[in-house]
Amino acid sequence: MTIFTAALVAVLYGTGVYMILQRTLTRVVLGLALLSHGANLLLLIVGGGAGLAPLIGSFTGNDTISDPIPPALVLTAIVISFGMTVFLLALAYRSWQLTRNDAVEDDVEDRRIAGLTRRRSRAGARPAMVGPIERADDESTSGGPR
Amino acid sequence: MRVLLPVPVVLPLLFAALTVLAHRSRMAQRAIAITGVTIALAAAVTILVIVERDGPQSVTLGGWPPVVGIALVADLFSALMLVIGLTTVLAVLVFAVGQRHSDDLAAFHPTYLALTAAVSLSFLTGDLFNLFVSFEVMLAASYVLITLGGKRAQVRHGMTYVVINMVASALFLTAIAFVYASLGTVNLADLSMKMGTLPEHLRTALSMIFLVVFGTKAAVFPVFSWLPDSYPTARAPVVAVFAGLLTKVGIYCLIRTQTLLFPEDHPSTVLLVLAGLTMIVGVLGAIAQNDMKRILSFHIVSQIGYMVLGLALFTVSGIAGAVFFILHQIPVKTSLFLVSGLVEESAGSTRLDRVGGLLRRTPLTAALFGLAALSLAGIPPLSGFVGKLSLVQAGFGAREYAIVAVSLVGSILTLFSMAKIWNGVFWGTPERPTIAMADGAARLRAPRLMTGSTIALVGVTLAIALFAGPIYDLCHRAADSLLHPAAYVQAVLGR
Repeated sequence: MTIFTAALVAVLYGTGVYMILQRTLTRVVLGLALLSHGANLLLLIVGGGAGLAPLIGSFTGNDTISDPIPPALVLTAIVISFGMTVFLLALAYRSWQLTRNDAVEDDVEDRRIAGLTRRRSRAGARPAMVGPIERADDESTSGGPR
Repeated sequence: MRVLLPVPVVLPLLFAALTVLAHRSRMAQRAIAITGVTIALAAAVTILVIVERDGPQSVTLGGWPPVVGIALVADLFSALMLVIGLTTVLAVLVFAVGQRHSDDLAAFHPTYLALTAAVSLSFLTGDLFNLFVSFEVMLAASYVLITLGGKRAQVRHGMTYVVINMVASALFLTAIAFVYASLGTVNLADLSMKMGTLPEHLRTALSMIFLVVFGTKAAVFPVFSWLPDSYPTARAPVVAVFAGLLTKVGIYCLIRTQTLLFPEDHPSTVLLVLAGLTMIVGVLGAIAQNDMKRILSFHIVSQIGYMVLGLALFTVSGIAGAVFFILHQIPVKTSLFLVSGLVEESAGSTRLDRVGGLLRRTPLTAALFGLAALSLAGIPPLSGFVGKLSLVQAGFGAREYAIVAVSLVGSILTLFSMAKIWNGVFWGTPERPTIAMADGAARLRAPRLMTGSTIALVGVTLAIALFAGPIYDLCHRAADSLLHPAAYVQAVLGR
């Protein structure tokens, strides 16, 4: 059982990481869900093998009981990741409301500086301190009084 | 102690519930929030006084026996961080109350208080899984605060922040699973006693996973790029408290786990290299930016490198230098971001090409920026100088000359980027002035509470500089107890 479960944990981690690297937020949310499921399953299997129920009075000193602590940790972790997934989905919906897509976009400053590099290597000229592109977006970096 | 130790955690949570009940009245929310944080700060100061006199204090929640229950531990390091953290939280709260449109949403105050409670819990907890829970509470509150407003920029940059932190949380859970698999406990004191029974390679593997997890939280090279990506778009008080506190919680956990669980007796090469790269890459990134908040965000990364440097030396003076640097950095960083909030409030923008000449129009803001920036750059007699000097001396003591040279180069570049902000914002004329800038040479005003709270926080940094001697002695004692954790373990486990 343990080898199979360990392989399952590895598969969950792998697919989770692959999905997180995707462009759209919904796939990222699925990837995060897979990743946290993998982590929770890992927590469960490190508690050791099966045994009697860990209730005081229902086992003697020689019996093997199952470890009660990992399920407690896993319950907490599941509830936490449940809350976070809900928040991310709400964020994806908000992004869809504003822009009609839910892609995780590049940073504005990164695109501007990358644009400078491309233009400089093409034209050989010195780049300006403030790029002429991305002007319409620059208000997004400094909120200003609302 | 049994009642006093949970107060900085439980009280802000209770008051968060009260602010939710009072959600119709903004004035009631503000009053409740400020009262709650003030009482928590008073409790933290009392804890510091008791710990300084009597040594580490511990209480196991629920009355359970030591390893079975969750332990709250206050040693000198935790108590110092708690006091300075809650002071900063209070100052930023007053700033947000003064900047009227900042807390106009009913969700601001409950979330802010929940963040305070989570930060206190992460400083006070003695249990690894409880640390995970406190991180999650802190992150959940920060997700809400960073996307507050729901505009396009907040949603875009909030997404990156949330996803990266959730990946780091999954990794933290993995690390806890491996620790539990190896040793069967998650209590930090118990782990420190049992860690020696593990083979060397397993200990190194666990240490590296924790380094990645807390390094992501603290924005160490190479996992730092989420910070300049997401911080600048949040509103001013939010980014101020994030900059001052959240990364320092990551550094606190890094120091706590590395000294308690994975102690070394010689400087750690991995950490030294990471520290050097963080310092240089952070400050080079800062120089390339054109917006005040972005420059300051890159600086957070760079200054984290200094704290990792202190930890990497693994000597008492190195860690004492790191602790003092954290204590100096929290109020300085926060006050710099509060100043950027003042600039945004009075001039309308923080981009260097849109504001200029503010030295004449907001001289008080210029003075506050000057003091905080000089402290950051390490000019005597301000607190930054004391911090950097102690780190340099510790580096010489451990004979690590290369990293000392790197840190000094980083200081010069920090000064250069601060000069860039000064030239762009407080001298010169803007290329594309904002509306507020365009009306001539009139004085620009910001609400009094905003200016007042910034003055108070800069006053705290000056006080740290003034009392640097006694404070450094406290840091030295804290570092000593970090590297020789017998008293800590005894306080928690009772043996």
